[in-house]
Amino acid sequence: MPADAIIRPAASPSGAAAGHRLPSWFATAALLMPTYGWLLIAVFLPLCTMLVFSFMNATPMGRAPIVFTLKHYKAFITQPYLVGIAWDSLVIGFWTTFLCAVLGFFAALALARATIGRARETLLILILLPFWTNGLVRVFSWTMVLREGGFLDTLWHALLPEAGSIGFLYTRPAIVLGLVHGYLPYMILTCYIALVTIDDAIIEAAQSLGARWWTILTRVLVPLALPGLTTGAILTFVPVIGSFMEPRILGGRVGVTMGTVIEDQFTQAFNWPLGAALSFTMLAVILAIFATFSGVLRRNAGGVA
Amino acid sequence: MKITRRQTLGLLGAGAFAATAPLPFAMRPARAATKITVLNWQGYGTDEKWALEAFQKATGIEVVHDYFSSEPEMLTKLRTNPGAYDVVLINSARTQQAASEGLIEPIDFSKVANSAGLSPELRDHPNIKFEDKTYGVAWVWGITSLAITEGSAKPDSYAALADPAHKNKVALFDDAVTSVAIGALLTGQDMNNPSDLDAVKEKLKGFKDNVKLLWSSEDQWNKSFAAKEFDLSVYWSGAAVRSKRNSNLPVEFVVPKEGGIGWLDNLCIPVGAPNADAGLAFINYMIDPDFYVEWATKIGAPASANAAAMEKLPADDLNRKIHDPSYLKTMTIQSALPDDRREAFNNLWQEVKAFYAG
Repeated sequence: MPADAIIRPAASPSGAAAGHRLPSWFATAALLMPTYGWLLIAVFLPLCTMLVFSFMNATPMGRAPIVFTLKHYKAFITQPYLVGIAWDSLVIGFWTTFLCAVLGFFAALALARATIGRARETLLILILLPFWTNGLVRVFSWTMVLREGGFLDTLWHALLPEAGSIGFLYTRPAIVLGLVHGYLPYMILTCYIALVTIDDAIIEAAQSLGARWWTILTRVLVPLALPGLTTGAILTFVPVIGSFMEPRILGGRVGVTMGTVIEDQFTQAFNWPLGAALSFTMLAVILAIFATFSGVLRRNAGGVA
Repeated sequence: MKITRRQTLGLLGAGAFAATAPLPFAMRPARAATKITVLNWQGYGTDEKWALEAFQKATGIEVVHDYFSSEPEMLTKLRTNPGAYDVVLINSARTQQAASEGLIEPIDFSKVANSAGLSPELRDHPNIKFEDKTYGVAWVWGITSLAITEGSAKPDSYAALADPAHKNKVALFDDAVTSVAIGALLTGQDMNNPSDLDAVKEKLKGFKDNVKLLWSSEDQWNKSFAAKEFDLSVYWSGAAVRSKRNSNLPVEFVVPKEGGIGWLDNLCIPVGAPNADAGLAFINYMIDPDFYVEWATKIGAPASANAAAMEKLPADDLNRKIHDPSYLKTMTIQSALPDDRREAFNNLWQEVKAFYAG
């Protein structure tokens, strides 16, 4: 099937040579069809369904009549504790993204500038390796490390037998740790792609002009890698806001986030409309945050150029 | 919660081999090739191969199955396929709804000889009655209540969940209906329809300093309990049997004075069942003590509603010990919840969870 999609548009120029010139928009449309068709089916239609759901009174089921209402969008007003949960989720999202950006940028820098050939390929595969295991397994293995009397504690007590426990399972840092572990590869890969294209000559020029390493870092490398950092930040921030597995398993009592609230609406409460309305509200908040930041980023980028 | 419980049963059942020894039970004259269809969760007792073979040998009735994976699906199947099923499993919270929609028939207990042994609290429970008629034969039941570390002091009230002695050592079940029920029982209200939800909320918020964990699966409970993360927890009776027997954990199940939160599954006859009498004969076999003992000891089962069957279990059987018949006296069985009440319960529990997190 994909072969078809490639051959057809490629065949049209030869058709043009024969005199039957198809309009240029046709080739464009044919080339875009597979992508946009897929987006329509896989993203747009489910989103629209959920949007319709979010205005319903209750989950449509059995013979109950469907009533449309706006009440689920008022949840943040009628249930004010949700605002606190949303804020906590955003804070967890910011911390995770920030830590991913710092760790990911330097890991990518090391990968792009300090390795070559086979070593680089091996390291790249090692970074991708966690993706090959189930996310649930990774999160559960952290519980064994972090719990009181877990691996971390055992190691700590081997060094300092008299010290108290440093296990921090069921705390917010544990959630952030699990999330950073899960999403770091995205950040490393996007930063790596941005950094690997930087010409060595630019850095040599900076060095020959007397720039110190941190000047090169802040004035050359970071601005040039900014697109990669931004992409990585978006790829991390958005799923982290909606994550529910890591908060639930690593957070214990404190693991209540927008993700777990929305998941509860779908799996436990059977209140799909409220879950959908909360999701769209969070989507709006995230878009507002990006709109604000993209303005800042564009101004900065303009300043550098 | 239901699904998890049954999936576990299914897993247990999957590993079990057929015990083909014919079981002695009330023999009926063999009839020519009657076939009945049973609608149930998969791997939930009625589809044990060895049992169906024994039943067919004794009665000549062949049993085939259709399965559902949620209670709404079961009701939809009854509504859209009248005349397709002879026996259906319905939780007591749904029995009145099914009866009022005209989906199931009243039971003729004269054709279910083994019903004489049923615990009266279950056989005549108001939840399975509709307009003074009983619409289901009580089959199996269980309780959600408290579990403690073996040997520690037995709590006599759910108030122990707020006792400073258990600071940071309590696990709650992450389920709105169960949590509201505990709050309601503690404030002396009807757990199925508490009138003062604010009082329930305050009670639950009072557990904050003790709550270490909100568990949502049996596996998670076992791992955390094994790691000694908590010593007092809201737990299921059937799961307590499995944790002790299969995982060898030092757990003890306790029902405090307010009583347990119960569930009851019933076997019912759909309206228009092609072989209703054969269906009743099968139900009779399902509550037969001999079948139950085999099912409970070899495969693993919830508690039987048939007191005679429970008494037939070995005296030291865990299932028998944990499901003490005296608990039936204080137990409240979960009823059906109208949508608005369910939503109120869920919102309350979300708010309490946010309070625990803060």
